[in-house]
Formats: sequence, structure tokens, C-alpha cells
Amino acid sequence: MHLGVSESMRECEYSQISTRSSTPMETPYKKKTSKKRKWEIFPGRNKFYCGGRIMMAKQTGVFYLTLVLILVTCGLFFTFDCPFLALQLTPVIPVIGGVLFLFVLGTLLRTSFSDPGVLPRATPDEAADLERQIDVANGSTGYRPPPRTKEVVINGQTVKLKYCFTCKIFRPPRASHCSLCDNCVDRFDHHCPWVGNCVGKRNYRFFYMFILSLSFLTIFIFAFVITHIILRSHRNGFLNALKDSPASVLEVVVCFFSVWSIVGLSGFHTYLISSNQTTNEDIKGSWSSKRGKDNYNPYSHGNIFTNCCAALCGPLPPSLIDRRGFVQSDTPQLAPPTNGITMYGATQSQQSHMFSMESKPIVSDTETERLPPHPSSSSRAASQ
Amino acid sequence: MAETHSLQDLQQPAVSSKVFIQRDYSSGTICKFQTKFPSDLESRLDKQQFEETIQTLNNLYAEAEKLGGKSYLEGCLACLTAYTIFLCMETHYEKVLKKIARYIKDQNEKIYAPRGLLLTDPVERGLRVVEITIFEDRSIGSGR
Repeated sequence: MHLGVSESMRECEYSQISTRSSTPMETPYKKKTSKKRKWEIFPGRNKFYCGGRIMMAKQTGVFYLTLVLILVTCGLFFTFDCPFLALQLTPVIPVIGGVLFLFVLGTLLRTSFSDPGVLPRATPDEAADLERQIDVANGSTGYRPPPRTKEVVINGQTVKLKYCFTCKIFRPPRASHCSLCDNCVDRFDHHCPWVGNCVGKRNYRFFYMFILSLSFLTIFIFAFVITHIILRSHRNGFLNALKDSPASVLEVVVCFFSVWSIVGLSGFHTYLISSNQTTNEDIKGSWSSKRGKDNYNPYSHGNIFTNCCAALCGPLPPSLIDRRGFVQSDTPQLAPPTNGITMYGATQSQQSHMFSMESKPIVSDTETERLPPHPSSSSRAASQ
Repeated sequence: MAETHSLQDLQQPAVSSKVFIQRDYSSGTICKFQTKFPSDLESRLDKQQFEETIQTLNNLYAEAEKLGGKSYLEGCLACLTAYTIFLCMETHYEKVLKKIARYIKDQNEKIYAPRGLLLTDPVERGLRVVEITIFEDRSIGSGR
């Protein structure tokens, strides 16, 4: 690292950039500060558990309600109805019930705990670059610029890409910003309070599996609890049957009220999957033929079968936000203001922070002392 | 001060500017980058080399997101095992992302670093952009 030969300089230069480890210059001076993981400085309004492995929305009260409803109803079913049914009819009933229950729970937890497809916010450099391009296009000096859109033609349909002021990116098609979680989510479907998370590209299939299996489970429990009560009534009379098995009444009530909404929701999402639309698009009527004769869905694969396969069995993209990764020097610690000029200025100083030293901007005071050419490198960057 | 300055130059190259290659959404939501050659790179790189790099990246991402028998099989198998199979196995997408990381490293070593450029893996930028960092050409004086 202290050689003056150009080839080894090049090597040094390259290895400095490509590796994520700290530079040799840094270690003798810098105190060993605890490395933070990226989820700890995540800018969205999400809650993380288990060291960043679990990711949920901020409001999770309704999710716990969902969990309690499912656990209590199934618990009552297995405790009070299944023994009777297993003896009188067949032991297959509790087995099927058990499998359905585990599947429902598994898909629910998977939907609630996984990253829905959050798009990470733009780095300051990217944001500055976009601002520059927009200013050039608008010809304005940019204080409070008008809402920005970019038009793109996808499979013959003109789609407007909107600029997200919070995330400082042009949202990809089908992405939307969730105001509850304060994140842009890819292929945003909706924010579901029942699962305590957004439903997007990465967890849509789990969500669909959840509501589908829950529909079956609800109908299953409803049917067999009714059967149980009817069989008991034949023996002891209706009122006695209810007295012998009061839990069944509760189960019937819960299932009766749930079945309409859940089965309805499953049907709705089956329609959405087969036409490859998101709830967002359907509600807005983006691809409705009512908007125009030539309006069609450019994302549809053409037939129901392919659409279903693509949504449910297609490749699962990995999380883009790298929750468990360690924070590096070039991760922005502060959100630049949205004002065009101020942000541009802030970016310039941040840029020099980032690239003249491999350390967190938080400890910048120490770093500035060590690296006298810091101001000149920023002027170099400005002059380019 | 002067010695520190030149020592600084030797150890840490200054970033001249960054170029961002944006996504190309004309084919839909699949991951694809624009192959338009940015003017900032004209002095450093051949248009053909750049286009080849971007095109290879686009092909690799297309491979990752391809809908076909293999991906459906993986999806169905995963569903049947309640997605626990991914605790021991990598998804096809993850395998291709590793391939892409190796390709970018290779391209950096062979083509970009010798020209004072650095390709950043798009996955580190949320698959939004291909970031190309242009370093100061230190062969031109001391670069002040």
C-alpha cells in the first residue's frame, strides 16, 4: 500500500474499491466501533425482529388478532369437535384439519414476515444525477419542481412512471409507494393490516396461498362443526347438543362471519392472478376496457394458465434491501432535502466524504483531520 | 502538506464522476438495462465493449427471471415442501445473481479497472441502475 509503482498502485486502487473491508489506512487510526446492520438504519417505517430476518409493518395489532382468531378457533375445533368426529366418522378428519391448519399458519407467517419487494431508496449520487437530468429536461433552476413523470411504452401500451419524492427514484412499472410503511414496493398489490405487512411481488403467492387455504379451512371447520352438532342432536336433542359442546357455537359464529369475506377475497384474487393485475390496478381501472377501446393489460401473458403459473410458481426474486448486511461507508446516513439546489450541494460534500475515505460520515471529524486534501478533492469533483 | 497530498494520491484515487445506466422498461417489468452509450465514457471506453457488457448482463437477468419448466418445477417443489427447501438450497435466481457478480468482477479486472472505471453490481443499487464510477486518470499529471 505504500509502494509508488504504478501497476501495484492500480492493484491497490482496484482492491480498495472492490472489497468491502476497511482500508489499511483506516485500521491503525479508527477505533473499533460496532458495525451496524442495514436493518438498523432502514429508512422505512418497518419493524424488524430476529436480527433483521423478520420484517413487518409498524402497526401489527390486527395481525395478532388474525393469529388469535385462527389459533383459538382451530384449538377449539381440535379439542372439542375432533374427538367426537374421529370416533363417529373417521380419524382422517382431524388429520386433514391439522394439515390445513399448519399450511394456513405457515403461509400467514411467511406473508407477514417476509420482505414484500421493497425497493431501496436511491443513493445521494443517483438522486443528484436524476435531478440533474430532470433539470436539463425542464430547463428550470428547480425550486419546488412540478411532479415528474416519465412515459414508457410497454408492449404497445403507454405507461407513466412516476417520480417518488420520498425514495428519489422513478418508480418501476407496477411499483407503488406505501404510505403506511413509507416504502416503494415492487408490484404493489395492497397493504394488508390482517397480515401486518404490504403485499407485493415477493410475498403475493404466500398471501394467495394463505387466503385460499384459509377459505378451505374455514369451510372445513364450519362444515364439520355443523355435522358434529347435527350428529349430537340426533342422540340428545338440539339444545342438549349445544350445551354439551358450547365451543362449537363460538366456532360456527366465527366461521360464518369469516367465510363470506375470505372466500370472496380468494375469488377476487383468483381473478386478479388469472388476468395478471394487481389490486391497485384493478381499483384504479388502469387496464379496464372502459378507459378506451385499445386499453389492455400489457403485462398479461395472454392466457389464464400462464398468468397463474407465473404468479404462483415463477422464480422468486431475492430481497433487494439486504437487511442483514453490514453498513458500509457509502451508505447514506441522512436523507438529503428534496429542494433541488440544496440537495445538489449536499450531495457534492457527501460525495467527497464517500470517496476520499472509507469510513462512516458520522466520524467525519476524525477523518477530515487525517486527510488534508479532502476539500481539494471535493473541488476536483465539482470542476468535473 | 505536499508529501501528504501525493501520498494521498497514490493511495486513494479521487472519483471524477459517476454514470448511471437506467433500466429499460420497454419489454415490461423484467430486469433490463439501457444499452445507450453514455457520453461521459466516450474518452475511456469503446462503445462496443460497453454494449457487450450491458447486453450480457441483460441476458443473465433474463435467464434468472425466465419462466419455463425448470422454474415452475422449482416453484412447485418449494410450495410442496412449504418453502423449507430454500433453507438448504439456493433459488435459481440467487444462483444467477452469483454468476452475475462473478461476471462483473471479471469485467472490472479485465476491462474497466485498467481504464480507471468501476462497475458496481446493480443488485447493490436495488436493481435500479448500473453505476459506473469514473476515476481520475492519474497518468495526466498529479490530477489536481
